[in-house]
Amino acid sequence: MYAQMVDTGTPSSATIDAREARFQQRIDDGIRIEPQDWMPERYRKTLIRQISQHAHSEIVGQLPEGNWITRAPSLKRKAILLAKVQDEAGHGLYLYSAAETLGISRDQMVEDLHAGRAKYSSIFNYPTLTWADVGAIGWLVDGSAIMNQIPLCRCSYGPYARAMIRVCKEEAFHMRQGYDLMLALARGTAAQKAMAQDALNRWWWPSLMMFGPPDGDSVHSAQSQAWKIKLFTNDELRQKMVDQTVPQAEHLGLTIPDPDLKWNAERGHYDFGAIDWDEFYNVVKGNGPCNRERLETRRKAWDDGEWFRDALVAHAEKAAQRAAAKAA
Amino acid sequence: MRTARCEYLLRFGDNALILSQRLGERCGKGPALEEDMALTNTALDLLGQARLWLSLAAEAAGDGADEDTLAYLRDDREFHNVLLVEQPNGGYADTLVRQFLFDAWASLALRQLLGSRDAAIAAIAEKAVKEVSYHLRRTSDLVVRLGDGTERSHALMQAALEALWPYHHELFIGDAVDAEMVAAGIGFEPASLRDAWLSYVREVLAEASLTMPAAGGWAPKGGKQGLHSEHLSRLLAEMQVLPRSHPGARW
Repeated sequence: MYAQMVDTGTPSSATIDAREARFQQRIDDGIRIEPQDWMPERYRKTLIRQISQHAHSEIVGQLPEGNWITRAPSLKRKAILLAKVQDEAGHGLYLYSAAETLGISRDQMVEDLHAGRAKYSSIFNYPTLTWADVGAIGWLVDGSAIMNQIPLCRCSYGPYARAMIRVCKEEAFHMRQGYDLMLALARGTAAQKAMAQDALNRWWWPSLMMFGPPDGDSVHSAQSQAWKIKLFTNDELRQKMVDQTVPQAEHLGLTIPDPDLKWNAERGHYDFGAIDWDEFYNVVKGNGPCNRERLETRRKAWDDGEWFRDALVAHAEKAAQRAAAKAA
Repeated sequence: MRTARCEYLLRFGDNALILSQRLGERCGKGPALEEDMALTNTALDLLGQARLWLSLAAEAAGDGADEDTLAYLRDDREFHNVLLVEQPNGGYADTLVRQFLFDAWASLALRQLLGSRDAAIAAIAEKAVKEVSYHLRRTSDLVVRLGDGTERSHALMQAALEALWPYHHELFIGDAVDAEMVAAGIGFEPASLRDAWLSYVREVLAEASLTMPAAGGWAPKGGKQGLHSEHLSRLLAEMQVLPRSHPGARW
């Protein structure tokens, strides 16, 4: 589609309007947009940004939990954690593939991440200090992710929607595993219970921040909603997350670190305290506790692996030459 | 007092556990996304095998042990893995060559155990051999591609091979435990696998244009009997930290 637009020059605004109107009509009619279909450049760019950011989050997200693989306290928990971190890599793979259908290469996306041009979820810039953090991430972070991603299974772009279906199934599993880990700690020794509470204290607010800025400050929301690549607002999803999580915390016997949290019978929702948005913007800007370390780890893995990737390409070329020589 | 059978089970279990632990250190930091997933998959397979071996060993010990007490509460002198698997990951070439040398052995060893008179051992071998056959196919393929890739990859693979080669000897040295298992129709004579191993490895290295290190030379051993390199104690310190610092806790 890129090439076609270049060939025909800049279309008149009337043409754009007509095409866009047809495009929007398809979306409104609930018909999926597929890679070969015409789409406005802004839709394509927005989706590349959204899907690649999601893919990067999966990849960088391997690191905080991966931090505990070697120290998982039972073989069963170790197997669960290894499988989980591997799932995240798999999600990264589907998502990069989905983004590639929009005309960007995986290498380009990875380069954008390493150069600091692409973002990933702010949550992964917090450290995993204890084993309970692994549980808190599964329970709260994957819990928030599911809240955000289940609606995306119905989003307008086919490859993204289909990738989300599989991702959500696995994330739901991760969330249950995280909760089960927290439950074991909450029912364990006093030290284990304290570990669980400490993890909840540190992960609660960053998990709420994951949904992004409040609706009033969210610059991309309205257009993305019209395009059905965002089906609920940040605040709607955040409220859902709070409503779902409070009873779960009560079941664990843990206290949510928010003195303003209380049930509002009139609204039928929990009211909760003010989020420290300065902290959020600061982490997004690169000043979270682990931003530098996470990116550095990714860059190092990539740089250290260069010889490996180069060698596979070189071998494939040699093999092709040998095959050609044999055929000749 | 642990029986020879129990120690035999620990040897297989510890090989799988320690190698899986090493691979777990790399999770999320692979040279390519697909490779990262594949290596983690190997780590998971090995961990699954370790759990089967250690559970059976715990049953054989009959002293209230379970897979976790065996993994987390033994000291390094009580571990029975070969030295090869505890060697540090090094660069990615080292990790792959270590895996290739081990997979080539494990694939032969497990095939021997398929015919064990001990039904529980044969059952584990039957499950594990399918996984290990795939691991070996994968590592052999990578050894060929990286050996016959670029000049740099060739040099890194050759250096890794030279560094890890001495550790293969131990895989083929039998002791009293092995002898007792052979006599009981449970196990195999380690030396009997050497020719098949060498011939397979030679073939892959030739295709990879890598040079097989000369015969003879340094042949470190002792891991099977509990005498390890300096690396194992550190590996265990990290792996065992939580159960050791929270005695009796359930996770």
